[in-house]
Amino acid sequence: MSMRTPLSRIRGLGSAHHGTGHFWLQRLTAAANVFLLVILTGIVVTLVGRTHATVISTLSKPLVSVLFVAAIISVAIHMRIGMQVVIEDYVHTPFRKVVLLMLNTFFAWSVGLASVYAILKISFGP
Amino acid sequence: MTDTPARQRPISPHLTIYRLTWTMVMSIVHRITGSALYFGTLLLAWWLVAAAAGPKYFDTANAFFGSWFGQLILLGYTWALVHHMLGGIRHFIWDTGRGFGPERQTLARMTLIGSVAITILLWALALVLRS
Repeated sequence: MSMRTPLSRIRGLGSAHHGTGHFWLQRLTAAANVFLLVILTGIVVTLVGRTHATVISTLSKPLVSVLFVAAIISVAIHMRIGMQVVIEDYVHTPFRKVVLLMLNTFFAWSVGLASVYAILKISFGP
Repeated sequence: MTDTPARQRPISPHLTIYRLTWTMVMSIVHRITGSALYFGTLLLAWWLVAAAAGPKYFDTANAFFGSWFGQLILLGYTWALVHHMLGGIRHFIWDTGRGFGPERQTLARMTLIGSVAITILLWALALVLRS
């Protein structure tokens, strides 16, 4: 049995009852994305027009693989929250909103998992 | 129950009645580039999966990215990424409580100029490294 009053329990949680969790996570992943994507963009730029063998040998380097996996996870979280805000801003029919929010989560997870799987497959070899 | 026509309620002023300002346009573009990047991750996923699947699939993906249409999409993708990143850095400045004065105009302009400049730089770099 909690000793807190009902008012103190909901204070600061806002209309979604999740407090500032998303606000903070969006900034945390944004900071991670700046760091990771600056490095990875640099790597991808050097891979333009290269053969499959060269691309594989670069992507399978442990540090490059780990940076890619980290970036994919951070980007997937960031884009899911971002699109959720867009949906909540523009879609006001409850049913349509819930369906779109579900699809949003599925999309972020699908793209993220497929990319991480590909990186791990490249990294660990055929 | 009798059918009553929906009452016309007053609506609050929206985008259409305001004069466009730099800060407002950059805010809208931040959201548009974010949404574009969202679907653009499919391209990155395709590239990675194709690379993992083998040379044949990789060449198919590369043939698309190398076509004029693919290049156009990648150019837009590069700009959207850089623009969204600079916009995000602007958000970090705002988060510290700074950048809300007249300098917000400059910040907004720098986001656009910076994103175009960095995009050109990245593509020039890729062309130089390729040759």
